[in-house]
Amino acid sequence: MTDFPRIDAVLARHDRNGTRLVQILREVQEQLGWLSPATLSHIAAGIGWPRAMVSGTASFYSFFHTRPRGTYCVLWSDNITDRMLGNTDLMDAMCKKLWLEPGRVSEDGLVSVNTTSCTGMCDQGPALLVNYRAITRMTQARLGEMVGLIRNQTPVAEWPAEWFSVEDNIRRKDILLGHELMPGQALKAALERGPQAMLDEIKAGKLRGRGGAGFGTGLKWEACRNAVGTGDNPAHYVVCNADEGEPGTFKDRVLLNSYADLVFEGMSIAGYVVGAKKGLIYLRGEYRYLLEPLESALAARRASGLLGADILGKGFDFDIEIHLGAGAYVCGEESALIESLEGKPGRPRIRPPFPVTRGYLDQPTTVNNVETLAASCLIAAHGGAWYAGHGTEKSAGTKIFSVSGDCERPGIYEYPYGVTVRQVLDDCGATDSQAVQISGPSGICVSTEEFGRRIAFEDLPTAGAFMVFDDTRDMFEVARNFAHFFAHESCGFCTPCRVGTTLVRNMMDKISLGHGSPYDINELFKLHRVMQGASHCGLGNSACNPVFDTLNKFRPAYERRLKSLDYEPAFDLDAALSQARQMTGRDDAAAHLTNEAEA
Amino acid sequence: MSNELTFQLDGEDISFTPGQTIMQAAKAAGVYIPHLCWHPDFPAHGSCKLCTVKVNGRFGSSCTMEAQAGMSVENRTAELDDKRRTLLQMFFVEGNHFCPSCEKSGNCTLQATAYELKMMSPHFDMFYPDRPVDASHPDILLDFNRCIMCSLCVTASREVDGKNVFAMGGRGILGRRIHINSESGKLADTDFAVTDRAASICPVGVILVKRKGFAVPIGERQYDKTPINEQVKEPTA
Amino acid sequence: MNAPMNAAPVAAKKLKVATTSLAGCFGCHMSFLDIDERILKLLELVEFDRSPITDIKHCGPCDLGLIEGGLCNAENVHVLREFRKNCKILVAVGACAINGGLPAQRNHLDLRDILEEVYQTEAGISHGGIPNDPELPLPLNQVHPIHEVVKVDYFLPGCPPPADAIWKLLTDLLAGRTPTLGHGLMHYD
Repeated sequence: MTDFPRIDAVLARHDRNGTRLVQILREVQEQLGWLSPATLSHIAAGIGWPRAMVSGTASFYSFFHTRPRGTYCVLWSDNITDRMLGNTDLMDAMCKKLWLEPGRVSEDGLVSVNTTSCTGMCDQGPALLVNYRAITRMTQARLGEMVGLIRNQTPVAEWPAEWFSVEDNIRRKDILLGHELMPGQALKAALERGPQAMLDEIKAGKLRGRGGAGFGTGLKWEACRNAVGTGDNPAHYVVCNADEGEPGTFKDRVLLNSYADLVFEGMSIAGYVVGAKKGLIYLRGEYRYLLEPLESALAARRASGLLGADILGKGFDFDIEIHLGAGAYVCGEESALIESLEGKPGRPRIRPPFPVTRGYLDQPTTVNNVETLAASCLIAAHGGAWYAGHGTEKSAGTKIFSVSGDCERPGIYEYPYGVTVRQVLDDCGATDSQAVQISGPSGICVSTEEFGRRIAFEDLPTAGAFMVFDDTRDMFEVARNFAHFFAHESCGFCTPCRVGTTLVRNMMDKISLGHGSPYDINELFKLHRVMQGASHCGLGNSACNPVFDTLNKFRPAYERRLKSLDYEPAFDLDAALSQARQMTGRDDAAAHLTNEAEA
Repeated sequence: MSNELTFQLDGEDISFTPGQTIMQAAKAAGVYIPHLCWHPDFPAHGSCKLCTVKVNGRFGSSCTMEAQAGMSVENRTAELDDKRRTLLQMFFVEGNHFCPSCEKSGNCTLQATAYELKMMSPHFDMFYPDRPVDASHPDILLDFNRCIMCSLCVTASREVDGKNVFAMGGRGILGRRIHINSESGKLADTDFAVTDRAASICPVGVILVKRKGFAVPIGERQYDKTPINEQVKEPTA
Repeated sequence: MNAPMNAAPVAAKKLKVATTSLAGCFGCHMSFLDIDERILKLLELVEFDRSPITDIKHCGPCDLGLIEGGLCNAENVHVLREFRKNCKILVAVGACAINGGLPAQRNHLDLRDILEEVYQTEAGISHGGIPNDPELPLPLNQVHPIHEVVKVDYFLPGCPPPADAIWKLLTDLLAGRTPTLGHGLMHYD
């Protein structure tokens, strides 16, 4: 095969190491366009893995194509915020102009158009990915131009540069975004303290994980530090979780774009504390465009002696490597992320053992959020007591929110923990708000009377998403969008999540089509109870949250769609005769069925 | 008198040895905890969630949770059996489980468990997925319509047969499926053999030996005679 | 066997029962007849409305309706709705009513392809075209179990359910008990 030399070059660059399979597949696909059966066989032979495992991994990730894809692969971000900005009309118009059905590759193999989960551009949507490059602020005018470029087969690299510009939109800075640390300053302070004292400062700073769960960072680092590496290559690892997949969240994108040194420095401090020589950044595939800038930033740090051997002359060796994800929300779960780093499908592991004792390559691993690591620099530089003086009793420091939806100034807002929902709404210029989705679909939906609640671990914990809905929005459609998201992103490992998310999606669609009844609402509650208790990981456990919250707080949005108080058929009975009508050419009364039981 | 370690399972004292899971200890004591993907010969997979129990008031999978002295575990309560029935119904709607035409009927763990939990109907709307069969192998038929994603064939092929004929791949309701270790995706193009452990491990009717049908008549099969909850101590097929 | 009739008041009104076979093979009805002489006891307690046993064409108000078979065409839907409208208790009897059963094995095929192959392209058949007489009910795109269209109160699995299971269900219902099937009566095959 003529492609084999190129595949071999990629394999060689990765030492034919199977644990690097996700990176190998991505790089090969970037060169060849898709992953053919022969390509997968060649890669499997190259890394010495069973072919079924290679195809198993390749077929897990949304961004890997095991069937030929269009020369232009257009994916519209389909978060509710993109919807509110009109992505549906734009995508329909695009399909019409290209004579395409969504999800199908055009006959000539030129182009495919489809949706993808939130690409993290909610403050500058409608957003899309074209050949996995991020495009923001799509308009009808740009659409026409883009279709022309596709038809003329203009390479994406030659498309107007401003289409690819991604703004930070930082609207409010506090101690983190307003930091005045020089590169190396925090790390130097940490190295001067020594690992144990640095750990003590993190604990004194009461730093908690910014990914939403709020586990004590000091406890996590301590557990990892105390755990013993095993096997032939004992080691400790630091993993930076930059798989920011929760719809409505985009603060890590800004941190990595404009505060990368702070993030790298936080990873180095973590490495110093836990005794790691290597750090890995797991960067979501949607942020592919950040890869080269981040690599340059890493190179600059190596050049200035802030990464590599004997950092700052203190005998500390540490370096950082970037892994890209490939379109799988579940990889934000730390053990799924580690599976992905090891070249496997992102399936959450059975815990215990937790990653701090058996993580990446079965070695002690601390997995921390981008923002957590950045914040650790402040503690290294200013001390735990100083840091704990910000925020609230149980939520020290500040939190960065990704604000999007119905407001005048969407973007990045940093506040001390304890800020009220109302304060954020006032600051971002939101009027007539009826609801805010805090922390994304897996978080909580708060309604008007709850706007006095505080965002902090004591009340409303968050990973950062803050999606605003004004009173013109239909909260049922919000929940339905989220139900589709979870059904698409369920890894499929455990029964309640694999099947439950699809059942919920189907019921929401049924209600949406006006075929629902109170029976269906009761079924949704029942599924919520089953999925919440029995699912394998947080995805399944929280997948019904948006439906549950909106059913409790916006029930009329469901009720006004119900067809009747009676049991309603699962499907459109008249539509179920469509194929027979088509084939027989009949259209008489008996060739139709009504959905109401006949009088 | 003795230092025997015990925990409570539905109010009954169950002894265990350190490191044993709740499931292992229960099995050793002859107590049935409903399960599909767990097999005593292999490490726990933890995917079916049928074995969900309540440990000191919190839900957990009994096949993966280690037994701890003094813990209080609920097993066959109405609440848990209700959830299990719903999980079984999920299996029955996501696949194509037409028992009357299945050679595994009567010897099928999914079916026997559904009997045990009095599952009278699939309850939800059927998905009727299109899952082609693989009849390429001379001795074995693969009917994926019945797959419950337990991964036992994957584990058995890897750990006992040393072959890696199967792997779980894909994602979610549409994608997740067994991958076969050949470029064609066909079993005939692998080194799978009818004598492999993986050939006899399937708890449902996916992996079937060809030319062997109804040797034991319906009505006289393993679970026709005795309910599954009374077969805890007997070796699982 | 249970004999609830012993406890029944002498003047108890006979219950009305209707039965039908939709997309089924009448095997469940045959199994019903396998209750043998017990049918005489049953007739002391019930009166049959619409049923293959009576040849009554439309169902009036009934206490109990037994449905065999799933839904494969428009007429099945009409009959099912007639039963649901008239029967206080509706029971799905047998695999086809419960999960579509054998007829649902066509569900992974496109109905248009099926009709085309059966009536137009398959060798050795008269090419009269796809029947389009308005008298004929149109087939549904897919076969469905009955609980996807109407609320079903009880399910009696089996292909067919054994006569003893049918008898158990009936005697339980007539006695006012929630029907239960023990080991041996509960079968999906």
